[in-house]
Amino acid sequence: MGHISIYMILLIAVLTVGGFFYNKSSALNKFRQARAAAGGKMALSSWHSQASYHGYFTAWLVGLATLAVFIIGLFIQGSGTGFNALWLAAMILTGLAVIILTGRQVSGQFRARTYVERFIKGLLIFLSVIAVLTTLGIIASLLFESLRFFKEVPFTDFLFGLQWSPQTALRADQVGQSGSFGAIPVFAGTFLIMVVAMSIAGPVGLMIAIYLTEYATGTVKKWVKPAIEILAGVPTVVYGFFALLTFAPFVRGFAESLGFSVPTQSALAAGVVMGVMIIPFVSSLSSDVINAVPQTLRDGSYALGATESETMKKVVFTAALPGIIGAFMLAISRAIGETMIVYMAAGKAANLTANPFEAVTTVTVQIVSLLTGDSDFDSAKTLVAFALGLVLFIITLLLNVVALTVVRRYRAKY
Amino acid sequence: MSEKTLTSEAAVKRLKKRRGKEWRFRMWGRASIAFALAALAWLLFSIVGTGYTAFQQNFMRLDFQLTESVLAPDGTRDPEKLRGANYRRIVQTTMYEQFPEVTDRKDRQELFALVSASGSTNYLRQMVYKNPDLVGKTVTVTVPTSDQVDQLLKGYIKRDTDESRRKVSNQQIAWADTLKERGVIKKKFNRILFMNPDSRDPELAGIASAVVGSVMILVVAFVLAFPIGVGSAIYLDEFAPKNKFTDFIEININNLAAVPSIVFGLLGLAVFLNFMGMPRSLPIVGGMVLALRIFPTITIATRSAMQGVSPSIVDGALSLGASHTQAVFQQKLPLAAPGILTGSIIGMAQALGETAPLLMIGMVAFVTEIPNSITEPATALPVQIFLWSDSAERAWAERTSAAIIVLLVVLITMNGFAIWLRNRLEQRR
Repeated sequence: MGHISIYMILLIAVLTVGGFFYNKSSALNKFRQARAAAGGKMALSSWHSQASYHGYFTAWLVGLATLAVFIIGLFIQGSGTGFNALWLAAMILTGLAVIILTGRQVSGQFRARTYVERFIKGLLIFLSVIAVLTTLGIIASLLFESLRFFKEVPFTDFLFGLQWSPQTALRADQVGQSGSFGAIPVFAGTFLIMVVAMSIAGPVGLMIAIYLTEYATGTVKKWVKPAIEILAGVPTVVYGFFALLTFAPFVRGFAESLGFSVPTQSALAAGVVMGVMIIPFVSSLSSDVINAVPQTLRDGSYALGATESETMKKVVFTAALPGIIGAFMLAISRAIGETMIVYMAAGKAANLTANPFEAVTTVTVQIVSLLTGDSDFDSAKTLVAFALGLVLFIITLLLNVVALTVVRRYRAKY
Repeated sequence: MSEKTLTSEAAVKRLKKRRGKEWRFRMWGRASIAFALAALAWLLFSIVGTGYTAFQQNFMRLDFQLTESVLAPDGTRDPEKLRGANYRRIVQTTMYEQFPEVTDRKDRQELFALVSASGSTNYLRQMVYKNPDLVGKTVTVTVPTSDQVDQLLKGYIKRDTDESRRKVSNQQIAWADTLKERGVIKKKFNRILFMNPDSRDPELAGIASAVVGSVMILVVAFVLAFPIGVGSAIYLDEFAPKNKFTDFIEININNLAAVPSIVFGLLGLAVFLNFMGMPRSLPIVGGMVLALRIFPTITIATRSAMQGVSPSIVDGALSLGASHTQAVFQQKLPLAAPGILTGSIIGMAQALGETAPLLMIGMVAFVTEIPNSITEPATALPVQIFLWSDSAERAWAERTSAAIIVLLVVLITMNGFAIWLRNRLEQRR
């Protein structure tokens, strides 16, 4: 797309808007003529559509027709860098022809509004279908590239293999080939970091939600809520930088003071920072759920003499449990899919370990490190990133769908 | 009536225990809030603490003699030829003049290292290119010091560490201090940070190209995501028949909002780059990927805003003879507009902070020019932060933190505006 395209798009806009005003005024004129011919006594209702709908009708058709010419032109001309008089003429002629043709249509009987509303509905359906197309696009692209990968590496080797070293060749004589693709260490690392993150974000987020919904006074709420929302608004790359620059050295220093030797990049550093990032997510979802528990349940519990915390723990929490589980599942799905923090703070070495003080790697880290940098897209080394992406997508999809259904069903219950 | 007549001793004990539990439960809540706030405070202090000094930088005000015998031995004034002239020589001469007593070759090298070599030579080259008549004259120009001197004078390079363990020698420290006393080196507002594109030298690197890239990406993302988000919300809420396909679209949109952002990067890589063959690093591709990422957010916000509009308004419009479309577009949508706007701003803020999908479509290029259009390679502010954070030098950490401060200020302004808008909206109802 060169500059010519921008002028073409401007031209489409001018023709469309011009068509609108031309036909709107021509509709008004025709109506006034008809009224004058009828001796000035003509009911408004004898015209089916308002003048502006005649204008919209033209604008729609002009816009679609010129857009079609534009796209066809783009395909014929390729990049569309040069000036092309034929293209320009075709565009203007199409636009003017549609304006004149639709201008002739204007009459009291012409149902412009009905057509315009049909157009609008069609456009809305088209826009909603994009959502479906996006999902299909994700599935298709991940599946397609993954299948190419599984042609080279057996499915079971990938899913159950214990050795992950895609960057290095297995044997010296392997030219252009790369190493082993057992993804278990990668999955284990992802799981470990997720557990660290959730063990911070889960209790803290839930307690914040409980305190803010049940105990906090107006002023506390007024100041604490936005502050926690700031945590949610901080980009993940900033958390990653914080983990890299401040928190990871802090963890190492702390561990060294206890007599351990720890690498700077560790599952703990990345997991804790990620946990802090997820706190607002857990707390806002949980407080929605807790708020949805009807007041009558609380009142009943208080009437039996329970304290506030007993009511909270035994009545509200129990009633809200499905929703809270849903919230946690969404948080887990976010922790698994988080990229920047782990990429910057967790390391790239695939260790199969349960020790949070060691460096581990995650699915997202591997995807980024395999796909950034100059590499051709046909080697198993880059294709495996799509297989990892597919696994990531399937797991988060399951978590999301189950969580969303649980939360929705739970809301319907009360 | 005392307590004893009503309760046994055991009951009083139990009550005390229960009240203790209540107190502890509240303390857990307070501790959790304190933890979250402390984490936020630590994050902000650590970044502001490292970054605020980058808004000022040390500059040298020097008189450069643009000697004709060095720049144009053949007497030419052709700007193109003057471009290739030896400006390094000029800068070196000027630096040596500061301390004429230094004659040793190695010492002179160290002396030259006080000034930003590429910064000063490029600046002089530009000046002469624009105005060739300057050759033979003396110009007074402010050029940045090298990053080491800058870090030293800001106090980040500790003077008491052993000479072998720092990159600035004792000699250089003495020179820098003398130049500062003479008023040659002065600390000034760091325009370079805001006006320059990326550079290999920390003292010359700025966020201008990244900011321009981010703005372009956001504009593309908004232009695409806003109609898709609002349109699909209107369709699902108002026009869609209640059937399996509509449910499917709905589940799809809710799920897309929770899909990890890196998956959108993979989609962009597979479809836009590999399948459609678009080049890497373009803001238009980044904008398209992020549009797919944020439109579900806008859809969800629009739907909840529209559900908040009282149905009596639509009923009123319908009973006055408006068509369904008219009632929705002319009555319901304007009332839901503030909510839609809030959701869109939050979506845009999300897009502005997004890094991983942009890495996937190759926006990690080293961009040394400010892009002019959405089809020129660019980078984005969060990606720039990521790239800078990779460098170990202290000067980079300072600049990275400064870039983060800029990003956070913009994001907090956007989110604050959205929250303010939402609160105003809630008050009105």
